Amino acid sequence: MLTKRIIPCLDVRDGRVVKGVRFQNLRDAGDPAELAYEYEQQGADELVILDVSATNEGRLAMLETVQQVRNQIAVPLTVGGGIRSVDAARELLRAGADKVSVNTAAVHRPELIQEISNEFGAQCTVVAVDAKRILSTGGWGVFSSSGTRDERKDALQWCHQAQQLGAGEILLTSMDRDGTRTGFDCELLSAAATVVEIPVIASGGANSVRDMLDAFASGAHAVLAASIFHDGCMTVAQVKSELNKNRIPVRQ
Amino acid sequence: MSEVIHIIDTGVANISSMQHAWIRLGFEPMLTTSAADVEKAKRVVLPGVGSFAAGMSCLRNLGMVDAVAERVEKNRPLFCVCLGLQLLCKSSEESPGTTGVGVVPVDVKRFPTEVSVPKLGWNRIQPQLTFEEQMQFSGGYAYFANSYRVEAIPSDWSTAISNYGGEFVAAYWKGNVLACQFHPELSSRYGQTWLQTWSEFTC
Repeated sequence: MLTKRIIPCLDVRDGRVVKGVRFQNLRDAGDPAELAYEYEQQGADELVILDVSATNEGRLAMLETVQQVRNQIAVPLTVGGGIRSVDAARELLRAGADKVSVNTAAVHRPELIQEISNEFGAQCTVVAVDAKRILSTGGWGVFSSSGTRDERKDALQWCHQAQQLGAGEILLTSMDRDGTRTGFDCELLSAAATVVEIPVIASGGANSVRDMLDAFASGAHAVLAASIFHDGCMTVAQVKSELNKNRIPVRQ
Repeated sequence: MSEVIHIIDTGVANISSMQHAWIRLGFEPMLTTSAADVEKAKRVVLPGVGSFAAGMSCLRNLGMVDAVAERVEKNRPLFCVCLGLQLLCKSSEESPGTTGVGVVPVDVKRFPTEVSVPKLGWNRIQPQLTFEEQMQFSGGYAYFANSYRVEAIPSDWSTAISNYGGEFVAAYWKGNVLACQFHPELSSRYGQTWLQTWSEFTC
């Protein structure tokens, strides 16, 4: 049986880890390579690095960051942010990523998922979906460009389409919960887990082990968290030990 | 001076992780596309991600199929990872009609439909008795990323077993040849013990 995965997420801007609330008000949270090393020691099952800088300087810094992090860790590394082509994906993979995560560019040109999946395999292709509750419909909409742009697209349909195009995993972030520490959007998770067979990674809102138990009960294969680990509220090891007591299979 | 280890450049996506894993153990990894290197080098790594047909066509294009087979037949140090393990087999359900290197007399099958693929994540593996005794491995958690697997235990080979929709071969080993279905380079300290043990036990 596969264990449930705990994935610390490093949002990186210009070579530094940052964290905000609902994608806004970013503050410094440390050095990527140092944090990555620390999280692997604590028992992190994977790491995700998301490039949240928009500049070209930021892109180059990102390749360096990926190299430095790879140098430090021997667990899977997913890298996302601004990937618009197979070549961009290849560059990050060469720098040390094991998987790439696409978001905005794939929303605008869904074939990108297919291109990356055909070239590097589904196991390498993560589609990140930033979803926000739409009060008028009761569903969830897709937002792109770091959550600034309403794509007028149904999030669940998009998850399904991504799977059909060759995605190996869906990294599903609730924009309503991101950085708020009010728990995952479990309704969103269970709805997504019923429309796709590939693993869904829960993201946005983690505050406690209880939240993670709820996410797993809602069908998530893995949970992603940033704030609670960066702020030192909990270590990955503590989280896993608590999950284990609650009969969730984790690697320890 | 650190010892060179040759990694066959099959165009695999995450080659950097593989290189770093060997650097951490004090080796100097060198990517190669030369069949002569595969024949002569002291230690060779066959990584692989992608389809069975693409992996075999890569080996054929590099003129390496016989060189890889010969390393197994002559018991020379070879470490295969993921698709690398499958390529040594006879055939795969993934690519009907494609012949594998064929030195390990089993066929590769798809996971049963009741489990989701690709299988992505950490799963416990357990070396079987002879394997454990000889290589001093204990059980542990390893990272997998695969949609196909070897189910039948190849005769004459020692194995480690895992379970995902039924038991399957997580690794097989004989003499100086070790093949892992999981990714030791991504399996943290536990994975590193596999690389290290192989590098210490083989000669």
